[in-house]
Amino acid sequence: MRKDQTLGEYLQSHGVSRRGFLKYCSATASLMALPPSALSQVAEALAQARRPSVIWLSFQECTGCTESLTRSHAPTVESLIFDAISLDYHHTLQAAAGHGAEDARMAAMEENKGKYIVVVDGSIPVEHPEYSTIAGITNLDMLKETAEHCAAIVAVGSCAAFGGLPNANPNPTGARSVSDIITDKPVINVPGCPPIPVVITGVLAQVLTFGLGSVEVDHLGRPTAFFGQNIHDRCYRRPFYERGQFAETFDDEGAKAGWCLYKLGCKGPTTYNACATLKWNEGASFPIQSGHGCIGCSEPNFWDAGGFYKPISAGMWGSREALLGAAAAGAAVGAASALAARSRKKKALAEEEA
Amino acid sequence: MTLLEFARGPGLQWALWIFLFGVLWRVVGAMYLLGTKDLSKFRSKHYVRDGLRAVLTRSAPAEAFEKKIRFQHLTGYAWHLALFISVLFFAPHILFFESVLGFGWPHLPNTVILVTAAIATATLIALLIRRATHPVQRLISNADDYISVLAVLMPLVSGILAFAHVGARYETLLAIHLLTVEFMLVWYPFSKLMHTFMTIPSRYQTGTFFGHRGVKA
Repeated sequence: MRKDQTLGEYLQSHGVSRRGFLKYCSATASLMALPPSALSQVAEALAQARRPSVIWLSFQECTGCTESLTRSHAPTVESLIFDAISLDYHHTLQAAAGHGAEDARMAAMEENKGKYIVVVDGSIPVEHPEYSTIAGITNLDMLKETAEHCAAIVAVGSCAAFGGLPNANPNPTGARSVSDIITDKPVINVPGCPPIPVVITGVLAQVLTFGLGSVEVDHLGRPTAFFGQNIHDRCYRRPFYERGQFAETFDDEGAKAGWCLYKLGCKGPTTYNACATLKWNEGASFPIQSGHGCIGCSEPNFWDAGGFYKPISAGMWGSREALLGAAAAGAAVGAASALAARSRKKKALAEEEA
Repeated sequence: MTLLEFARGPGLQWALWIFLFGVLWRVVGAMYLLGTKDLSKFRSKHYVRDGLRAVLTRSAPAEAFEKKIRFQHLTGYAWHLALFISVLFFAPHILFFESVLGFGWPHLPNTVILVTAAIATATLIALLIRRATHPVQRLISNADDYISVLAVLMPLVSGILAFAHVGARYETLLAIHLLTVEFMLVWYPFSKLMHTFMTIPSRYQTGTFFGHRGVKA
């Protein structure tokens, strides 16, 4: 896409019809919970949008977030929008390497000072910055340097948004989220392990359409358009939960019949994401539909939430030994107090007889 | 640490430790006191039968009082039965017990539990109102009675709200539900809620004691 080309022109040149574009705009408007009257505004703003400069920083991550976005098996409108942004730096995707890559980042920062968007995937090692470096620059320094003159930051994936797997106990690198480090810039969290591609492009589309201020976020900095409802409330297996029909194992009759996976550790009731409505692979399926419970990947500390296969109501009450210890201590104190009471009674009787 | 993480983790651990410690302290203490010698002459050889009879007969009001206490008698049974079903036959509760005890049991559909929980809540509120308004009951009630009722009522109400996802986000409601349960567990051993463990043994003890002394009651 040429720098002077608008998004509308770019999509048209790639064979996206007006009808197809409006269909996408309609879905985006509905995802953003906008009234139907806003559709023309969305379409107009998106069509006229010029390529914003995006610097994508990958830190302590598995590249799953980039894979999620780029592995669409067909060129969807979402992926074309992704292509249409000026991705000036992304060390997994760009052709340049070494100094050339770093020069591209510096050039993009200079040319678009105050206007570029920083997308981050991966957490940042703070206690041991030396554990993760790019071109000899620590992730911490690169984030601070790149964020200094950006317009906004989009933290893509649970690692960037909340620390994710690197932050899991015992957190050997001292991993932190973007918002733990950058506090003077707007940070939009798009968590998930990985996030749904359309959620990433949907957020970018909203920023392009209505500006950053239009993105309504929840208390964890997640856009409410995509993270406003929990999986449980939107799950197609919910009626089985109400009826008390649960799969007990992954291969029993209940599992085959598609019953609720709550007993198998599904974290749907406490997880806010759009998986149950938008689904994955162009709306083909999502984890619960594939027979596995939600692992709560768009929530903070999901790796340390007591186990993927432990039901939410099971609690993390410690060990049986500790419970038995408390019971034994109670019994001992009870026996001792009873013996003391008896002894006092005997003594009183003896004194009375004397 | 989020509120839910606290409620599911350290909060629950401490509450269970205090509950078990306190219950065993009081039960074992009471059992030791049973060993006190009764110097009166044995008037009955069937002390087990006497004890069991007292457990049964005292589970229904004496005929002379039946009319006067019919409301709390029937409401009391409805409350206990509904509570028993709600606590022990709701699938998520069974999963909790299973995680602690190592075994579980069949559950009832959630809709049935919702009805029993509603009955339990309504009957407990009715009993609370009666306690607060009936002149005799009010006279013999103390802070322990009221706090104990609230300690049980709060988990019921918060549980229904969490089940229905009403009033706040689910994880907040679940955390509040767990915290109210934890308050109840901590309050339990040191309050009249201990009647759960003490009622039947003490009735049995009374029955054997009466039998021993030849009391026909």
